[in-house]
Amino acid sequence: MNLLASIGRYLILLSKIFKKPEKYSVYYRQTVKELIYLGVNSIGIVIIISVFMGAVITLQTAYNTENPIYPRYLIGLGCRDSIILEFSSTVMALILAGKVGSHISSEIGTMRVTEQIDALEIMGVNPASYLILPKIVATVIFNPLLTLMSITVGIFGGWLAGITTGVISSGDFIYGIQYAFIPYYITYSLIKTVVFAFIISSVAGYQGFYVSGGSLEVGKASTRSVVYSCILILLFNLVLTQLLLS
Amino acid sequence: MIRVINATKAYNGNKVLDNVSSDFEEGKTNLVIGRSGSGKTVLLKSIVGLLKIDSGEIWYDDTRFDILDFKAKKSIRQSIGMLFQGSALFDSMTVEENVMFKLNMFTSMSKSEKRKRVDFCLERVNIRDANNMLPSELSGGMRKRVAIARAIVLNPRYLFCDEPNSGLDPKTAILIDNLIKDITDEFKMTTIVNTHDMNSVMEIGEKVIFIARGVKYWEGTSNEILKSDCKPLNDFIFASKLAKQLKS
Repeated sequence: MNLLASIGRYLILLSKIFKKPEKYSVYYRQTVKELIYLGVNSIGIVIIISVFMGAVITLQTAYNTENPIYPRYLIGLGCRDSIILEFSSTVMALILAGKVGSHISSEIGTMRVTEQIDALEIMGVNPASYLILPKIVATVIFNPLLTLMSITVGIFGGWLAGITTGVISSGDFIYGIQYAFIPYYITYSLIKTVVFAFIISSVAGYQGFYVSGGSLEVGKASTRSVVYSCILILLFNLVLTQLLLS
Repeated sequence: MIRVINATKAYNGNKVLDNVSSDFEEGKTNLVIGRSGSGKTVLLKSIVGLLKIDSGEIWYDDTRFDILDFKAKKSIRQSIGMLFQGSALFDSMTVEENVMFKLNMFTSMSKSEKRKRVDFCLERVNIRDANNMLPSELSGGMRKRVAIARAIVLNPRYLFCDEPNSGLDPKTAILIDNLIKDITDEFKMTTIVNTHDMNSVMEIGEKVIFIARGVKYWEGTSNEILKSDCKPLNDFIFASKLAKQLKS
C-alpha cells in the first residue's frame, strides 16, 4: 500500500514538474546553472573512475585469457564492449546516483525544511517545476556526454594499462577495439544513460521535495534517493537490455 | 480585507484550529498572538494557502481563496509578501538576486529598472552595500530585513509575518517591528503578524487576536488588551514576574 502511495505521489509530482514554466528565460538560466553543478562538476570523478576501470578491465581480461588459442586483440575487444555496454552507462549511473542524486535530494530537502519551498509557493511559483525540471533537463542533456567521455577515457585507460604492464601490445589493443565494432552499442548505451539520468534526478527530486522534519530527515531522504535510484537503475538496465538487444 | 470564517483544522483528530473567525482590516497591522503551539502559524499558513483547512472559509476581498486551485491562487499570491520565521532566503542566491527573484519571474522590467527597484527596497529596509553578499554572511536581523525587502518588491497588498522577532535581540526586534509598521502604513497593506512578543503588541498592534489551543479567545486593540478580563489572555500576558509586578 505504501509503495502504491509513493508511486502515486511520484507521478503527481511529475505532472507538476512538467507544467508550463512561469518564465522560460528564468528556467533557461536555472538549467545552465544545473548543467554546471550537476554535469560539468562531475567530469572529474567520471574521468578518474573511467581510467581506472578501463585499466582493471584490460588487466582482468588479459589474465583470464592467457591461452595461446585466444588472439591477444580479444583483450581490446573485451575492454571496449565491457565499457560501452555496461560500465560507462550502468556503473557510471550508479556512481552518479550517489554523487548527483544525494546532492539534489539534500539541496531540495534543505530548502523544504527551511521554508524556502513555501516561500516559492507563496510567490506564485510552481516550486516542483522550478526546482526539479532544470535538474532533470540538465542531467538528461549532460549525462550522455559524460557517458561518451567515460567510454573514451575508459578505453584509453585500458590501452595505457595494457602497454605499460606489457600484457598486450598497442597494435593488438587498437586492432581489438576496432574489431567487429557494432555502432548500435553506442546508441544502446546512450539510451540507457538518458533513462538513468531521468531516474536519478526525478527520484532524488521527489525524495527531497517531500522531506518533513529537520536535518536528520534530509540525511535520510538523501540516502533513500541513492538506494531507490540504484535499484531502479538496475531494474531498468535489465528491462532496457532485453528490449534493445534482443 | 482578509476574512476568515469558522476555520477549522485537525491533525490526527486533534484540532489545531477550532472555528476561528476574524476580519483582518486593510491598511492595519493585525497581530495574532498566543503561546508557542497555540495554532498561530497554522492559521497564517492556512490564510496564505500553504495548508488546507478542513472546514470554513478564507476570503481575500470578494474572492474565496481556500477553494481555488494553484493556478487561480497565483494572481492573489502575486499580491502577497511573506516574511518567514527563519527568513527563508534562497541560500544559493545573493541578497540582490533574492530581492530580484520576483521581478525576474513576474515582470518584464529591464535590468536597470530591476536593479533600481531592488536598491530602493534594500534602502527602505536600511540595508546598504550588501547586494553581493550571500544569506549565510548576514546577521539574523539583516536576514529579516532582506526578507522584508523581498516581500515588498512587487508592492504587495498583503504582508504576512510569522514570528518576525524570533531569535533577535530586543533592540533589533523593535527595529523590525517598526519597519513592518512603517511599511504597512506607507504601502497601505493589510498586514498580519504572528507573535508571542508583548513588546510587538504594544509597539505596532492595531488589531490584536489572541489564540490558545486553536481557539480564538479575544479580539481587540492594543489599548484594550491590558484591561481585558479574559483569563487565558491575562495568563499569557502576565506570565512573567516582571509583568505581574507591573500589573500590581
